[in-house]
Amino acid sequence: MRGNALQLGNVVKQTVLLLASFLALVPTIYMVVTALKSDEEYAIDKLGPPDAPVLDNFYAVLVESPFLHWMLNSTILVAGSVILSTTISVLGAYAIATMRFRGRDTLLAVSTSLMAVPPVVMIVPLFVLYTRLGMVSTYFGAILIYAGLITPFSVYLLVTFFRTVPRELYEAAHIDGAGQFTILMKVVLPLSLPALVTLVVVNSLYVWNDLLIAIIFLQDDAKRTLMAGISVFSGRYNNQVPLTMAGMVIASAPMFMLYVLFQKQFIRGLMSGAIK
Amino acid sequence: MTPSSRLTPYLYVLPLAALLGFVFGYPLLKIFEFSFKMVRGIDGPWIGMRNYQLVLGQSLFWEAVLHNLQLLLAIPVMVAISLIVSVLLSERVVGWKLYRIIVFVPFVLAIPIVAVVMKRMFQFSGPVNELLRWMSLDFMALDWIGSSDVALWTVMILIIWRESALGIILFLARLLSLDESVIEAAKIDGAGWWHRLWHIILPEMRGVIEFYVVVSVITMLAAVFSYIYIMGGGRGGPGTSTEVVELYIFNALIRSSLPGIASAASVLLFLVTGLLIFLLFKVRQRAEAA
Repeated sequence: MRGNALQLGNVVKQTVLLLASFLALVPTIYMVVTALKSDEEYAIDKLGPPDAPVLDNFYAVLVESPFLHWMLNSTILVAGSVILSTTISVLGAYAIATMRFRGRDTLLAVSTSLMAVPPVVMIVPLFVLYTRLGMVSTYFGAILIYAGLITPFSVYLLVTFFRTVPRELYEAAHIDGAGQFTILMKVVLPLSLPALVTLVVVNSLYVWNDLLIAIIFLQDDAKRTLMAGISVFSGRYNNQVPLTMAGMVIASAPMFMLYVLFQKQFIRGLMSGAIK
Repeated sequence: MTPSSRLTPYLYVLPLAALLGFVFGYPLLKIFEFSFKMVRGIDGPWIGMRNYQLVLGQSLFWEAVLHNLQLLLAIPVMVAISLIVSVLLSERVVGWKLYRIIVFVPFVLAIPIVAVVMKRMFQFSGPVNELLRWMSLDFMALDWIGSSDVALWTVMILIIWRESALGIILFLARLLSLDESVIEAAKIDGAGWWHRLWHIILPEMRGVIEFYVVVSVITMLAAVFSYIYIMGGGRGGPGTSTEVVELYIFNALIRSSLPGIASAASVLLFLVTGLLIFLLFKVRQRAEAA
């Protein structure tokens, strides 16, 4: 009797998890399957697998829409803001974690609480200022905002991590005559690689996926990011569903491949980045 | 200590303070100033509380607030889904590692991409309705996107679908760090599955559940722009049926060029979320202490 109940329990558990996995994958499956259909086939059959898979939609997207250009723009923004923010955060977090100075605790407290301020609150004055300075639709202007938005989380994570580095390591290096900067570069950073990887993953995902800053601060067609491009693209081809889905497959491919390759770092990173 | 070494820390934190000051400090001060001014172009005359009177007197603003509040209804559903899935995963049933990778996929896909896909799935003549009709559930085949009575609920389905993935991962991390010997002991004592869940596992998860709830509240009030913008074809809607405070600020700033109005709404949003941030850190402290 007890064995049967146990088995029944396992069946229920597997069923629930299978259902959850199916629901999690449905949009992806629909997107890929539909992208392989012709308009005619989609008109008759919206649910089934493609009878005669075609790649025309992918070809049409790449020829007619500047997806690759948008991706390049997004990559520039991700690289610029992540590099800038990581550099500034490493320096600041190192001082906060290892040195004594007035205002240290206040700085950390303020920086940490900024993590939960919604970005939308900041856009009005920055947009007015950028308009005056002619910085709307410049990579540098957008990179600066993105770098700022991801920095509080970076500082929080790095301070937490730097504090776990044993004090003896600093002191030993200090006695050897190494300056602060040398200690940071030669001793602390190599030890912090896991934290840095997590940081880069979370922050890249945030900048790559953002829409709000992108559509406000990069209004030029030539500067459009992938996410802003998607909103234009999906409006333009509203009635050509297979074509739209081919675009979405192309747009999601980079992050999807990264996820499959680095799923451990992604999951760990997003768990610590949950606050965003 | 030499004077130069006393200065060293400040050299390290100077870029940090400058960046945070520019991206957070300047705007947070400026929205208060702008909210009392009639800003045209870059500045304008002081007009007292007029912006606030205008915002608070506009039914569109209150409609937006109401919609943000309605989105809060998604949170209990998200918590329930996350709890069920994470508890099952934590029991390490066959294939749990693969399930874990799959159920987290929604959180990896960008919101705009998912919103475009979901919008096509829920179109009146789309696959969801086709499936419902095939199952003879015609009465459920609604105009998910085009009807102003349903549109916000459809956005909510998308939000639940995506944000639950975060809950699952957060809860799972907590569950996997639980002391297994306690659970094993309960098993030996003959405690059933429900009993163990209710009396042993859930009390241990209070901290992480509270944390997730507060994060989600902030999301629902101030971070749903991407969902709304894309599902509503670049402006929300139909009509004002999915208007939220973020969209109100966006439209006031970009479409109507009224930075003063947008600032007044930003101040209100900031103050409300500020209250919640305070709560968040209280909860986090407790979660970390636990």
